[in-house]
Amino acid sequence: MFSNPDLLKFVFGRLTLDSIPYHEPILVVTFIVVALGGIALLGALTYFRVWGYLWTNWLTSVDHKKIGIMYIILAVIMLLRGFSDAIMMRLQQAIAFGGSGGYLPPHHYDQIFTAHGVIMIFFVAMPLVTGLMNFVVPLQIGARDVSFPFLNNFSFWMTVAGAIIVMLSLFIGEFARTGWLAYPPLSGADYSPGVGVDYYIWGLQVAGIGTTLSGINLIATIIKMRAPGMTLMKMPVFTWTSLCTNVLIVATFPILAATLALLTLDRYAGMNFFTNDLGGNPMMYVNLIWIWGHPEVYILVLPAFGVFSEVVSTFCGKRLFGYTSMVYATVVITVLSYLVWLHHFFTMGAGASVNAFFGITTMIISIPTGAKIFNWLFTMYRGRIRFEVPMLWTMGFMVTFVIGGMTGVLLAVPPADFVLHNSLFLIAHFHNVIIGGVVFGMFAGITYWFPKAFGYKLDPFWGKMSFWFWLVGFYFAFMPLYVLGLMGVTRRVNEFEDPSLQIWFVIAAFGAALIAVGIASFIIQLIVSFFKRDQLRDTTGDPWDGRTLEWSTSSPPPEYNFAFTPVIHDHDTWWDMKKRRYERPLTGFKSIHMPKNTGTGIILAGLNVVFAFGMIWYMWWLAILAFVAIVAVAIGHTFNYNRDFYIPADEVSNTEGERTRLLAGQA
Amino acid sequence: MNQTHTDQVLQNEGAPAFYTTEEHHPENSTMLGFWLYLMSDCLIFAVLFATHAVVGRNFAAGPTPADLFDLNLVAINTAMLLFSSITYGFAMLQMERNAKAETLFWLGVTMLFGLAFLTIELYEFYHLIHEGAGPTRSAFLSSFFTLVGTHGAHVTAGIIWMVVLMIQVAKRGLIVENRRRLMCLSMFWHFLDVVWIGVFSFVYLLGVLG
Repeated sequence: MFSNPDLLKFVFGRLTLDSIPYHEPILVVTFIVVALGGIALLGALTYFRVWGYLWTNWLTSVDHKKIGIMYIILAVIMLLRGFSDAIMMRLQQAIAFGGSGGYLPPHHYDQIFTAHGVIMIFFVAMPLVTGLMNFVVPLQIGARDVSFPFLNNFSFWMTVAGAIIVMLSLFIGEFARTGWLAYPPLSGADYSPGVGVDYYIWGLQVAGIGTTLSGINLIATIIKMRAPGMTLMKMPVFTWTSLCTNVLIVATFPILAATLALLTLDRYAGMNFFTNDLGGNPMMYVNLIWIWGHPEVYILVLPAFGVFSEVVSTFCGKRLFGYTSMVYATVVITVLSYLVWLHHFFTMGAGASVNAFFGITTMIISIPTGAKIFNWLFTMYRGRIRFEVPMLWTMGFMVTFVIGGMTGVLLAVPPADFVLHNSLFLIAHFHNVIIGGVVFGMFAGITYWFPKAFGYKLDPFWGKMSFWFWLVGFYFAFMPLYVLGLMGVTRRVNEFEDPSLQIWFVIAAFGAALIAVGIASFIIQLIVSFFKRDQLRDTTGDPWDGRTLEWSTSSPPPEYNFAFTPVIHDHDTWWDMKKRRYERPLTGFKSIHMPKNTGTGIILAGLNVVFAFGMIWYMWWLAILAFVAIVAVAIGHTFNYNRDFYIPADEVSNTEGERTRLLAGQA
Repeated sequence: MNQTHTDQVLQNEGAPAFYTTEEHHPENSTMLGFWLYLMSDCLIFAVLFATHAVVGRNFAAGPTPADLFDLNLVAINTAMLLFSSITYGFAMLQMERNAKAETLFWLGVTMLFGLAFLTIELYEFYHLIHEGAGPTRSAFLSSFFTLVGTHGAHVTAGIIWMVVLMIQVAKRGLIVENRRRLMCLSMFWHFLDVVWIGVFSFVYLLGVLG
């Protein structure tokens, strides 16, 4: 029976034993490490009998705070994977000179740079941003949860499902060798016949559904769920940037989904959207993908701008300078981000007028961004600056991001871009803004809101170690790439002839090693802080002398966030409350209406992984079964009308009484 | 450094209210959320329309719209979908009157019109593929089948949703949740109508004209 090739092909599609890369020592060792780690983790979970706890309190939770935390855990795990790819590339380029091929052959190197880009953008930066927004926004606007709590849980698990699909490609089959945006015709069926591009497509499609739904959810939350008195111009800046980011998510992720769907049809159904023959037009793909891709970078950086705004005003003890201009700058950036996509391919040959238009719109973006930088500087001016870790990240950002912004304006000049297109100068530029902007911002945000999430601060020593290693490491790793790019070295090359270039790559590799220490320090910081949590404990709920509403709750906040709905009078709500001697209510609590947990989200996401796996390997029966199951589970879920419950008034009284005792104890 | 005033017991007479003990009912977000979803879906169609605008004349020496499209058939098809929107409107009017049986009746009529639309569309597809004008023939046909097919897939999803909702209304009546769901499906159904007007005008009419 097992010798029947037709049956084998029916059951396993194109999956064969040869698809398992057991002849690649690097992957075998990685697999062993991952497998041992996984077994140890699963064993520990079973041994300590925490499965039930995890399932009821975390995996099926619809609490926006827990979902936010889970997003960030996902991002940190994926950061380790994405960074492993980075350091492998740095090492390869540092040694692959003068005939030495290095240790990564092109087919492996190409998968690594593709995976690095995809993972860092979709599964590190996006979950960090979405996680922070999920955790912070409802607290900042005085809401008990997001508009659609179940949808929120489902969105999270779809993001995890996308990450799992991409990670599967490491051990079963291969990943795309096309670069992170998979341009056709290279990514078409003719030139990439394997499963790599299919892993890419389905991973992003599944995660993209989650991202779009989470965007819709957060917009509805911000528009509809604000506490009474919070007009749009009284929203905290982080909430404003979140709103703009989610508008961009809803306005762009469907384009990514449609574009990838067209590529899928080319690959699976033999259609001719982006092929070289029969009327296909590959540049259509490049245009479409960048209509998503350029707003995407603003999706990532706007919430980081929001974090910096909160951090600067808190740690300078001042109102944010130019709140109104900050809001307008954010909105202008949101609109302009949609009008610049063509600057990613000036070399397409669209002609002088088109290139000039997109060059100018690109340069104009630096104006609102510059306004923001000055607003932060003026907030710091004559402020009583506390150099805590979030503030260090913010100042590191202000210097680094300005350099990245200026190289960006340089690249926006079409004639200059013709020289620098696809060079390492570009690589240096976008790492400059993404690390200097998004990554620094997310670290600032994590350090800033960590005590709110867990009830204790992060250890400042290891935080400072992490900051300095990241900052110095960044400059060592990417300034050499600017130099190399100006000398004409192109990206995505795995070995070099000219030995005079090697020193720059060695410096860059050294920088990557410093960043590795920075990441290690961050992990150590989490561990050290956990063990020192009693010393670092925050009993006040307001460890930084904060200004916005989230600091009025306990750390961590109760499940229902606010026992009574806050009434807002100022955009620095909590500062205003402290100044005007707000008194915390001690009695009269009522029962609180809350959504129930549900396992539907994780089940649907799991079925999506199975569906994607079936599609990738042409196991049609599996894909069909999984699809039918997805539809059935989704419909079944709509028959459940019993989705909410009340937290009894007694329980609220107890929780609030606990907090009253804590506050009395620390005073 | 931490100057929290949470435990202040001083009375301050002029202090405004910082919280309300009234149950605060934020407006229901479902309609806004569903609108946002529709707009995101609209962008998917926008991409397909844009693609059709770019590659819709790339016939690759194959058949053109004038060779392929039977406008009479498309007109009948369009009528089916437009009628279904009207009958969905009747269902909503009956829902407002709280008339369960009539609501279900009009939903059933809507579903039949929807099924008629799909049947005609499938017949058209079958016919085209039979003539050798399948989606792999040229970029024009790829884009035609994808745009019209995506719309058809939406109609199919709408019909499945309608069946589910009819069962739920039959079981539980016109309760608040079901009314909200009928309202969402109503927006979805009319949205598909609007998209179809675009398909009819830009793909079929302009295609045959060109």
